[in-house]
Amino acid sequence: MITKEDVEHVGWLARIEIDENDADEYASQLNDVLNHFEQLDEVDTENVPPTYHVIDLVNVFREDVARESLTQDKALENTSSSKEGYFKSYRII
Amino acid sequence: MAEENPDGVVIGLEIHVQLNKLNSKMFCACSTDYHNSEPNSNTCPVCLGLPGSLPVINEKAVESAMKVGLALNCDIVEQTQFHRKNYFYPDLPKGFQITQYDYPIANDGKIVIESDEGEHVVRIKRAHMEEDPGRMMHIGNIEKSKGTLIDYNRSGMALLEIVTEPDIRSPKESRRFLDKLRNIIEYLEVFDSNLEGAMRVDANISLQGGSRTEVKNISSHKGAERALLYEIMRQKNIMRRGGEVTMETRHFDEEKGCTVGLRSKEAEHDYRYFPEPDLTPLRVADRVPKVTKTLPELPDAKRERFLSQYGMTEMHAKALTSDIRVSEFFEEVAKEVDPKTSASWVADVLKGELNYRELTVDAFKVEDMISIIQMVTQDKITEKSAVEVIRQILDYGGKPDEIVRENGLLKVEEDVVSKAVTETIQENEQAVNDYFAGKEKSLNYLVGQVMKKTRGRADAKEVRELLVDKLNK
Repeated sequence: MITKEDVEHVGWLARIEIDENDADEYASQLNDVLNHFEQLDEVDTENVPPTYHVIDLVNVFREDVARESLTQDKALENTSSSKEGYFKSYRII
Repeated sequence: MAEENPDGVVIGLEIHVQLNKLNSKMFCACSTDYHNSEPNSNTCPVCLGLPGSLPVINEKAVESAMKVGLALNCDIVEQTQFHRKNYFYPDLPKGFQITQYDYPIANDGKIVIESDEGEHVVRIKRAHMEEDPGRMMHIGNIEKSKGTLIDYNRSGMALLEIVTEPDIRSPKESRRFLDKLRNIIEYLEVFDSNLEGAMRVDANISLQGGSRTEVKNISSHKGAERALLYEIMRQKNIMRRGGEVTMETRHFDEEKGCTVGLRSKEAEHDYRYFPEPDLTPLRVADRVPKVTKTLPELPDAKRERFLSQYGMTEMHAKALTSDIRVSEFFEEVAKEVDPKTSASWVADVLKGELNYRELTVDAFKVEDMISIIQMVTQDKITEKSAVEVIRQILDYGGKPDEIVRENGLLKVEEDVVSKAVTETIQENEQAVNDYFAGKEKSLNYLVGQVMKKTRGRADAKEVRELLVDKLNK
């Protein structure tokens, strides 16, 4: 059961602001989704290994070779806040 | 006798080791050589977390991780994969860290360390691969900081997080463990401990009857010992006053030497791990035999070999193998001069002088060590002078023979002294007669005359003996 508090907590984790008035509605919608998926519990999965990846492919590697990086200007191009070659954020402790 | 631990201290460590000897980062081809670069000049769309970029696993990073796992006596897992660990922090541009979760690449290992009652086993729970976040800096001091600056040059560096079982019983033991771990990993040539941020430690610590706290931000082995000593004292004080130690994450302030609680908001995480869909699983257990073959001789094995091959003392063998560079330095020296003598000069003298100056053995040349030892064994300089030469080289540079010449450290040849003594006896009839008449003082005068002739480079005690010898013949 997803509660209003869960919704608010997950909203905080994802840094999404959730209006208190909406939280109840989201909780009930999310519970509907979960209930829907619960139908899967009826399937017998004994002896079935979990699927972590849908493509049957392993060990896709690259060689340990360094290539040129972006320039500092290029790296900072998309930010609205930089200082002396650094990205700048609000105060973090 | 059991190690004294009246407070029931239990310590477990998490050690982040940067695989900084690779050429490229964990999931992209940016260079690992960023320590002297301008900020944010060593990044690409992958390690900046730009949308649409695709990580690809560095094969050598995986093999390096396997090497470490095997050297720590771990099992390598049959199949593994990467997960996303979700949290928001500016050092993590994607909003998640790619790491391993339920199937770490290596698990169930151990390291044997020295403790006060002999050997002590610290079990390794697991070692998993992950990417390093970027580096954050505060503008101004941390309390009044106006903002945070971020450099993503480090972002995406291959890390190995090694987690011990809570088998460590004192801050001193934790330091020994960390020293040994660093030594082993350096032997594997997958990491250079001299680089900034190469090895970072978090410690979990509790006392009997109390909750466990986690101390983060420990950047040196000395720091680990200090942070743990502080934390033990803090927890003891709380318990003595009848209080309760709360489970929390604390930050070690290296400058002040204390730990500070973090606001619980930041300490509590709900990481929502899920398999990283952009990476394929790893199935590398079949490479274990191949990787095992690439393992070099490890510290314990090398110590045994030094004991049997060179016949040195246990203490010397330990001192010489506790750092791979020192062991290599010693073996180079031992090719040219007597191994036992070399062992003593490198382990007892050079290492001490280096430690005192906080230098590594790279600060001294093998050829200089050889020539100094040769000068001593050929009786050209005294042992005391040899130590002086080593100090001069470390403090001011220069070559051994030049330093010996410039400082007049060459021992005066014995026959020169002997000649000076004979001459002095011939030239000072009066003093010689006085000596035989029982005037002890006249002997001092004669010694002084010999010293004058040899310009002070003869050993006064030897001169006195020689004089008495010759006079009484």
